[in-house]
Amino acid sequence: MKKIDVSKHELVPKHEIVTEEEKKEIVEKYGSLKNLPRIYSTDPQVKILNAKPGDVIKITRKSETAGETIYYRIVIEKGE
Amino acid sequence: MLPKKILDEIEKVSEEMKLNEKQKEMLVKAVEEEYNKSRFEPGESIGILAAQSISEPATQLTMRTYHVAGSLGIKVTLGLPRLIEIFDAKKKIETPMMIIYLKKEYNTKEKAEEFANKIIERRVYDLTKNISLDLFNFSIQIEPRDKRKTEKIAGVIEEKIGGVKVKVKEGNILVEMKKKEEVQVTELQKLKDDILNLVVEGIEGVTAAIVRSEENRWLIQTLGSNLEKVLMMEEVDETRTYSNDIYEVYEIFGIEAARNLIVREAYKTMQEQGLDVNIRYLYLLADIMTWSGEIMSIGRYGVAGAKHSVLSRAAFEETIKHLARAAIRGEVDEFKGMFENVMIGQVAPTGTGMFELVVKREKDERERKDKRGSEGK
Repeated sequence: MKKIDVSKHELVPKHEIVTEEEKKEIVEKYGSLKNLPRIYSTDPQVKILNAKPGDVIKITRKSETAGETIYYRIVIEKGE
Repeated sequence: MLPKKILDEIEKVSEEMKLNEKQKEMLVKAVEEEYNKSRFEPGESIGILAAQSISEPATQLTMRTYHVAGSLGIKVTLGLPRLIEIFDAKKKIETPMMIIYLKKEYNTKEKAEEFANKIIERRVYDLTKNISLDLFNFSIQIEPRDKRKTEKIAGVIEEKIGGVKVKVKEGNILVEMKKKEEVQVTELQKLKDDILNLVVEGIEGVTAAIVRSEENRWLIQTLGSNLEKVLMMEEVDETRTYSNDIYEVYEIFGIEAARNLIVREAYKTMQEQGLDVNIRYLYLLADIMTWSGEIMSIGRYGVAGAKHSVLSRAAFEETIKHLARAAIRGEVDEFKGMFENVMIGQVAPTGTGMFELVVKREKDERERKDKRGSEGK
């Protein structure tokens, strides 16, 4: 049986878990982490990273207008 | 901070023009100034600008059109119906479709055609010449079109349907019900329908597939989608193959892939009709739709229904429902949004209305202290 890596698809940007220090920087820049866009802990990409609820995921998107942009999402439990 | 694309361009230009360090620095400064000027000011209502910029061209879209691709005639939803489908986040889209890319070693016309032929679903229905019911013995006799496929069909029936005995006789298939007593004719009829609907070959859901070439790659466009099964096939390039069903992509690849697909599909739909929408507006819209971690539609069941303000929701759609519900629950409107403030004639928190006057008190305090000090003398 073939195994596929869903993080390698061209539609999927790079996902990373941010460190505690970076988290502090994000709080300083954007206010509370609660204001961040969300991502479910059941998301395939979150599962690959093995991130826990409360972790912040840094997403490096390819953008047609800016070349590269950085987006953050906070991991939450589904139904929260 | 300049975005990467502009920095790359500066790098390229300065190399071409052979600028020295100092000139480059000046260029960066000048570009930065222009860039900051062209940015949206804090408090600018970008949401309503995006709404206008997308919906004005959308009025030009054709109402009901189908596009026929290739000789097989694959019909794909286009124009306004497709755009509505995307923004309403429809779970069941009208024409699901896949674009399948093959791995390099399968990148020939023959292999692509062979593959396309392989994935089209064929049900028992498509493969039988004749089917008859025997009401005395409670059995069904199937005569396949191609005798070579008899064994395969029999195997599938045996595997998928319980409570029957399958026999092969002279190239024909005989399906007998194990239960002999009190069998009703309707039961037999149902069994027949179930058998006819079984998928024998190909991938369930794929009703047509055509081969196209694009930039030296052979790709297969299908009608009907079953991304999960297709991705698991050996020949398929799993890094590029995709479906136009946003939910399917969301389930397999996650929310970010869904966001990218929303942008891609919406942009493609507009471009196909010769309408140019700035892609930034679609980025904004896709970000809003995927903000909560799942796909939300634009509209009363999605983004607009999730607004905090009662009055804002009531002003949009289903006024009475929202007001009555708010009354029962004792909801409080905090008047932080746009609509509710406009409705009661207050300054709306947009543009300059977003900010309040802030006075730096330090200097005041010091002056007062100084005064007091001098009075004391």
